[in-house]
Amino acid sequence: MADKLNFALVSPERELFHGEVDHVVVPGSEGEFGVLPNHAPVMSVVKPGALRIFDGGGERRIFVNGGFADVTPDGLTVLAEDAIDLADVSAADLEMQLKNASEDLRDANTDAKRDAAQRALTRLEAMRAAMAR
Amino acid sequence: MPSLKEFRNRIASVKSTQKITKAMQMVAAAKLKRAQGAAESARPYADRMARVIANLAAAVKGDDAPALLRGAGKDHVHLVVVMTSERGLCGGFNTQIVRAAREKIVELLAAGKQVKILCVGKKGRDQLRRLYADRIIRYIDLSGFKSVSPDASQLVGDAVMELYESGAFDVATLYFSRFKSVMSQTPTALQLIPARAPEGVTPPDLKGATYEYEPNEADILEALLPRYLNGQILQALLENQAGFYGAQMSAMDSATRNAGDLIRKLTLRYNRQRQANITKELIEIISGAEAL
Repeated sequence: MADKLNFALVSPERELFHGEVDHVVVPGSEGEFGVLPNHAPVMSVVKPGALRIFDGGGERRIFVNGGFADVTPDGLTVLAEDAIDLADVSAADLEMQLKNASEDLRDANTDAKRDAAQRALTRLEAMRAAMAR
Repeated sequence: MPSLKEFRNRIASVKSTQKITKAMQMVAAAKLKRAQGAAESARPYADRMARVIANLAAAVKGDDAPALLRGAGKDHVHLVVVMTSERGLCGGFNTQIVRAAREKIVELLAAGKQVKILCVGKKGRDQLRRLYADRIIRYIDLSGFKSVSPDASQLVGDAVMELYESGAFDVATLYFSRFKSVMSQTPTALQLIPARAPEGVTPPDLKGATYEYEPNEADILEALLPRYLNGQILQALLENQAGFYGAQMSAMDSATRNAGDLIRKLTLRYNRQRQANITKELIEIISGAEAL
C-alpha cells in the first residue's frame, strides 16, 4: 500500500503523535472504527479507551480519555482530553493508583473533592479496561 | 554638594537594588523556559481545534447551528476580555495589551456599540479602571493559581459562557499577548463568540464528499464548542504567561544595566568629592603654616 494516513494526536498539553501511519483504530462513542488512508470525512466523539496505531506491522496503543476525532481528506486528527501511551504505564502502578483513587473517594468530605476523586477513578478504570484488551 | 556619607549611602542602596533586579531577572529566565515550553507544546492542540471548528463552520450553516457558532445574530453589545498578568515589573507588557484593547473599545464606542469589559489579571484591571470603571462587569483573579492550568482557563471559560447564556453580550473578543520571542510579544485580538476560524485557516476541500457525524451533529457541536472556548482561553493564558516572563526578564535586564551605570557615575562623583576635600584640607594646612 503506497498511501499513508496523515495522523495527529494532540492533547491540550502537548502533541503526542504526528506522522504518517498505515491504519488507526479509534474508540468512537458509537463503537470502534478503523481509519485507513482516503477515508470519507467523519467527525466523531471519542470515548475513553485505547487508540491503536498500526504502522509497518507494529502496533502502538495509546489511552485517550475522551475527545474528538476528525477525518478529512488531509488525514485524521484526534483531539484528546488527556492521553497517555500505554507502553509507559505498568499494570502494578495502575493497580496502585486505582487503590489510592478509591481511598481518596472514600475519604472525600466535600462535593468538589468527591467529584474530582470520582473523575480520577473513572479515568483509571477506563485505562485498566483499555490495558486488559 | 552632598557629603561623602550621603554618596556612600546612595551607592549602597543602588547596589542592593541591582542585586534584587539581577535575581528577578534570573528567576524570570528560569520560569520563562518552562512557560515557553508549555505554550509551544500546547499550540498544536489549539491550532488543530481551530481547524476542526473551521471545518464545522463551513459545513454547518443556517439556523440550526448552535448559538456559540452562529452568534446572537446581532453585534450590539461587545464583551472585551482583557487578559493581563497578575504582577508587574515587566516593562510595557500589560500596557501593550491594554492599549490594544482600549483602541478597540474607543472604536466600538464611536460606532455606537455598547461595551462591557471582563478583566482577567490584576494589572489590566488597574489600568482600565481609571478610564472605564463603570464598564468593567467582572474581574477574575487568577493569583490563586501557582501556574497556568486547565482549571484556571475553565474559570474564565465558565464566566464567559455564563454571561453569554444570560444574554449579557453578543460578541466576545479576547485580548492577550502572543509570545513570539523573549524580546517580542504581540498583543493579539481573538474573537471567541461567535466562534470564527482564525485568519489563514481554510477548511479543506472535501472533494464533493459530505461530512458524517457520530453520534450526530448537534451533540458533537454542543460538546466541542465549550471545549474550543476553553482551549483558546488556555492557550491565551499560556502565551501570556510566557510573554510575561520574557518581558520581565528583559525589563529586569535593563534595570540591572541601568543600576550599573548609576553606580559608576556615583562612584566617580564620590571620588571627585573626596579628592576635593583632601585638596582643600591640604591648602588649609599649608596656608596656615605660611602665615606663621
